[in-house]
Amino acid sequence: MHLVPLPTTGPAPTATAGRLAAAADADAQTAAFAVRGLDVHYGATPALRNVDLDIAHHRVTALIGPSGCGKSTFLRCLNRMNDLIADCRVSGRVLFNGTDIYAPGTDPVSLRARVGMVFQKPNPFPKSLYDNVAYGPRIHGLAGDRTALDEIVETSLRRAGLWDEVKDRLDAPGTALSGGQQQRLCIARAIAVAPEAILMDEPCSALDPIATARIEELIDELRTEYTIVIVTHSMQQAARVAQTTAFFHLGEVVEVGATERLFTDPRDARTKGYITGRFG
Amino acid sequence: MTEVASSLPPPIRRPDVSPARLARRHAAERRFRLCALAAVVIAAGMLLALIGTIAVQSYPAFFETRIGLDVDFDPDVIDPAGTRAPADLGDANYAVLVRRALEKVFPEVRTRRDRRALKRLLSADADLALRDMVLGNPALIGTTQRVWLLASDDVDSFVKGLIAREAPQETRRIDERMAAWIDALAAAGRIETRFNATFFTAADSREPEQAGILGAVVGSALTLIVTLALSFPLGVLAAIYLEEFAPRGRWADLIEVNINNLAAVPSIVFGLLGLAIFLNVFGLPRGAPVAGGMVLALMTLPTVIIAARTAIKAVPPSVREAALALGASHMQAVLHHVLPLALPGMLTGAIIGMARALGETAPLLMIGMVAFIAEVPRGFTDPATVLPVQIYLWADSPERAFVAKTSAATLVLLGFLAAMNAVAVILRRRFERRW
Ligand SMILES: Nc1ncnc2c1ncn2[C@@H]1O[C@H](COP(=O)(O)OP(=O)(O)O)[C@@H](O)[C@H]1O
Ligand SMILES: [Mg+2]
Repeated sequence: MHLVPLPTTGPAPTATAGRLAAAADADAQTAAFAVRGLDVHYGATPALRNVDLDIAHHRVTALIGPSGCGKSTFLRCLNRMNDLIADCRVSGRVLFNGTDIYAPGTDPVSLRARVGMVFQKPNPFPKSLYDNVAYGPRIHGLAGDRTALDEIVETSLRRAGLWDEVKDRLDAPGTALSGGQQQRLCIARAIAVAPEAILMDEPCSALDPIATARIEELIDELRTEYTIVIVTHSMQQAARVAQTTAFFHLGEVVEVGATERLFTDPRDARTKGYITGRFG
Repeated sequence: MTEVASSLPPPIRRPDVSPARLARRHAAERRFRLCALAAVVIAAGMLLALIGTIAVQSYPAFFETRIGLDVDFDPDVIDPAGTRAPADLGDANYAVLVRRALEKVFPEVRTRRDRRALKRLLSADADLALRDMVLGNPALIGTTQRVWLLASDDVDSFVKGLIAREAPQETRRIDERMAAWIDALAAAGRIETRFNATFFTAADSREPEQAGILGAVVGSALTLIVTLALSFPLGVLAAIYLEEFAPRGRWADLIEVNINNLAAVPSIVFGLLGLAIFLNVFGLPRGAPVAGGMVLALMTLPTVIIAARTAIKAVPPSVREAALALGASHMQAVLHHVLPLALPGMLTGAIIGMARALGETAPLLMIGMVAFIAEVPRGFTDPATVLPVQIYLWADSPERAFVAKTSAATLVLLGFLAAMNAVAVILRRRFERRW
């Protein structure tokens, strides 16, 4: 369960290449996500270059880096949301629980049922609160009858810390909530499908500090059951919620490590420059 | 040199707010506003003038003149055998009853020619009206009733003052003699002007006083039902495919350009296409709503597709992404989320397309919907005409009374168009931006 930072700079000597690869493969089997040699292009423009990264089970992994460095692109590779972008080309391997999600024959629809996503801007459906949360369970046939569905909706809303605020108005439209409530509704909606991992792309960037604190608390609670990957532009947020942090720069993973170590003792000059505010 | 220049701070330019300049700016704004207002007033004025003219011209068409005669339902004429069988009652010579009733009012009219002129006071089918009364209520036989029979169109126009008394004798449809009769009838309280219900309950007729709009309204409705039933589902499906599933690229661009071109094709071309394919190849009945509806569906399809695509494009991608990220398939995301949000826009587009189809004449002329149809169509394959074609036919008729009918039919058509556009506006208001 321990995450080993991968060597990201310099080619491995040929003599040890085989051994390193074997070690990496072993890691790949134990990690929730194991990304190897991931390249992403938008048309001819590269967005990610040769990214290797392991994401451990039941931990919060934060992705930080200057804007435009490819954090969102990386995140969207983990549930194949990049498939929706016509000119986006992905090469390399992304293993989720040991199986390559880009292998032919993998169904992105079933993958996304196992890897949920929360977007930067809260995007509840313009339907009732109930229907928002119930939608996923309905399409995946998770509830046999109405009572079972009611139960899923309630537990999901409870886990997202929203139940007490909305239990009396489940018929109200999801879009009528405040921004922070909407984002928690989106989290509840993602949880309702019982995914194994949840991807969050700057989930607090549109929220005020109080709503942000609620979401951060929530992320910390959810960690026990879900593997969480969160993109954030706030280093304080990464420090507060994440156990592991990866620093992206110009489409590459520069440095990965335990959050505390990365912020107190960055090994790469670029990481150091970023966290001390010299660029980005 | 540059050093010298840079050592001097550049002169600071402040906005010119001198009263003269400000006054000029305000004056320009006033002029612009005035021009814009004038444009609106002129446009509104022209519209008002148009509708006002039509309304004034159509006014007489909403009233009809009836002549009250005491008809003696003589059993010897109607049912000499005394069977009271509907077949016998239907075959009787009711014209005799009409003639007798007229003679009772004008006993002094003796010559054949005068009697014939007397008969021309009434609409041609006065005897049929009596027959229908008797068939509806055989108890009338043997009684004498005051029956209000429809006056002929010339009498109607004369009573409404549309035919001047002073016009030269030879060219007048109502001569001195007839005018005297009408005056006598009026003096005896036997002439009444009533609301013209016939106009709304009858189909077309050679006799203006018996002609109505219902046949054309029903024909238009049947045609539009076919048009909507074909163009809406086809258009929405095509739009969903093109917008959501079709691979982008040269082919998609080609299709897009061609759909836009198709929307601009003159409507008569669709009529030619309909004639060549629907009538000549598929053998659909000429002049029937089913063929007309199919031609109009071809014509509206591009409009519906374009409107539906716009509506789909207006659905924020975040909704689609949210559904897909939950593991919905693409089709589920479209059917469950995109379509409901796009539907009002699609409906609006379809209604506007329908309104255009409702006002269309040219393509329908090509497939034979221009014939004179004296019956209200009962189904999609009956020969029918539609409102704008009816207007065209009436405008082409020589009788004076058809002038008002033409305007009245135009008013009815405009009413339907306004109602459809109102529905489109209401839909748009109602469902606008719920996300
Ligand atoms: N849909 C897209 N089409 C083309 N280029 C894109 C698209 N999305 C992102 N990019 C480009 O890819 C790079 C990485 O973007 P992104 O992953 O969004 O960065 P981040 O989330 O770290 O700010 C940027 O240079 C951006 O311009
Ligand atoms: Mg981003």
